[in-house]
Amino acid sequence: MKQVTIASRASQARKAHDALMPEVAAAGYSGDSQFAIRLALDEALANAMFHGNGGDPAKRVLVEYEINDELVYIKIQDEGHGFNPKTIPDPTLEENLCKPNGRGIMLMKAYMSEVSFDDLGRCVTLIKNRNCKRPVASHPTQQD
Amino acid sequence: MTDTESRLTIIEDGPISSVRFLDQNILEENSIQKIGAEISQLIDQASNPKLLIDFQNVEHLSSAALGTLISINNRIKEKGGQLRLVNINPQIYEVFAITKLDKLFKIYEDSEKACASFS
Repeated sequence: MKQVTIASRASQARKAHDALMPEVAAAGYSGDSQFAIRLALDEALANAMFHGNGGDPAKRVLVEYEINDELVYIKIQDEGHGFNPKTIPDPTLEENLCKPNGRGIMLMKAYMSEVSFDDLGRCVTLIKNRNCKRPVASHPTQQD
Repeated sequence: MTDTESRLTIIEDGPISSVRFLDQNILEENSIQKIGAEISQLIDQASNPKLLIDFQNVEHLSSAALGTLISINNRIKEKGGQLRLVNINPQIYEVFAITKLDKLFKIYEDSEKACASFS
């Protein structure tokens, strides 16, 4: 398993991108899969850095990953107090649509094959199978 | 690029302010806050803000960017204004659809149709 450690600063997310995303592309994952993986990675990193570690640059985020022909596996660990992901309200409910926060976890789940939390919420594991069809193509029609 | 540089191109055309992102990736917290502050200034300056946000250059955005757009929309509504989003590529549009924000925002294919929709 490869790993990269970053400080809890927004600019540090790029270090994780630069380590992972070229490998994902080189492994032949589709453009849509690359988009999905990057999106989920960004959301998980933001959660770890700003919610988990509270934006404290002294606290680290450990990213472990493996990229192979079958799947992309990413495990992100922070040093915060943890949280219960079940307490996050559904952001797609009518009454929550105008709230600016709370969409990160649902986006990870929508785009990845598997998302799981461990260590009281301090660790999230993201898996994208090569044959993953998520998100279900909706091909929505824009207003015109 | 330094933190003091604008992340937006802003064009004022009569009552309509059009905003285009300079960055392809709207991901970093600092950039998102700066974009939010710049657009808020535009909203504050208008009594009945009509704002068009053009996503032509945008390839990635985060939930934090969506949050800023929601705050902008809330602010505009408070002032009785109107917001339109245009030129959103299919991958980004899917993010709006999955989060059901395609129901919250008025999204148009291009600027012409969006401008024509302002009342």
